Amino acid sequence: MPENPAGTLTAPAKPAKQKPGGTLYRGREGMWSWVLHRITGVAIFFFLLVHILDTALVRVSPEAYNAVIGTYQTPIMGLGEVALVGAIVFHAFNGLRIILVDLWAWATRHQKLLFYIVIALWVVTMLGFAPRHLMNVFSH
Amino acid sequence: MSVIEAPRSQARPARKRGVNLEKWGWIYMRASGVVLLVLIFGHLFVNLLVGEGVKAIDFGFVGGKWADPFWQWWDVLMLWLALIHGANGMRTIVNDYTNPGTTQKLLKGSLLVAAVVLIVLGTLVVFTFDPCPAGSPADLLPSFCPAV
Repeated sequence: MPENPAGTLTAPAKPAKQKPGGTLYRGREGMWSWVLHRITGVAIFFFLLVHILDTALVRVSPEAYNAVIGTYQTPIMGLGEVALVGAIVFHAFNGLRIILVDLWAWATRHQKLLFYIVIALWVVTMLGFAPRHLMNVFSH
Repeated sequence: MSVIEAPRSQARPARKRGVNLEKWGWIYMRASGVVLLVLIFGHLFVNLLVGEGVKAIDFGFVGGKWADPFWQWWDVLMLWLALIHGANGMRTIVNDYTNPGTTQKLLKGSLLVAAVVLIVLGTLVVFTFDPCPAGSPADLLPSFCPAV
């Protein structure tokens, strides 16, 4: 009797570890940089719409502009500005990463490394920005 | 079972002749992005990090900046590049998450209207701005305004 008759092939003891199925999202650095680029981009876009309208108030009257810009100087909005600048800085550095990945074969191969470089540059930039800005906001 | 299309499948065939607008859009996002990095980092540095930062921003601050054509053009260039960059990015997202049809047309139409209206409004504001409007209290105005 043959050792392994046809039709009774034994299944591997453990199924091979599968990639997540049924989704286009592959996880890891490439997906997360893409997700963050989208989320920060949308957030910056809607802030831009508001920011053009509030700045346009200089054409209405000094009082109207000062009243609205004064709300940007409260502690809660000060924290919001840290989030906004964080979004802008990530979008800017990750945008440079995208350009490099598109145009330079080395960068395409090392896109994961470049993602961590983007994160590192983001941390350095935010360490330069956030303390100074928060001191301005929280010292009256 | 519905099949998810491959991420790069096109909603309609690409045009064979004439200007490839999607290619120029792709180039625009990268070219404007690099310029915007410089313009916006400069904008944030001057407005948020120099001196008192956000606390110093008021009508007089804006009037002082826009008395200089350098900052007028800086801000107008930023306005045009950023709104077109942002609206085109939102168009990409609309293309990704909606199917061709009325909803998609409505969303893209809204993006176009918002971008055009705000570009016209912002450009007019920067170039027709009066830093010393008559009848306003002098303590709200830039220091160079003549005392009435």
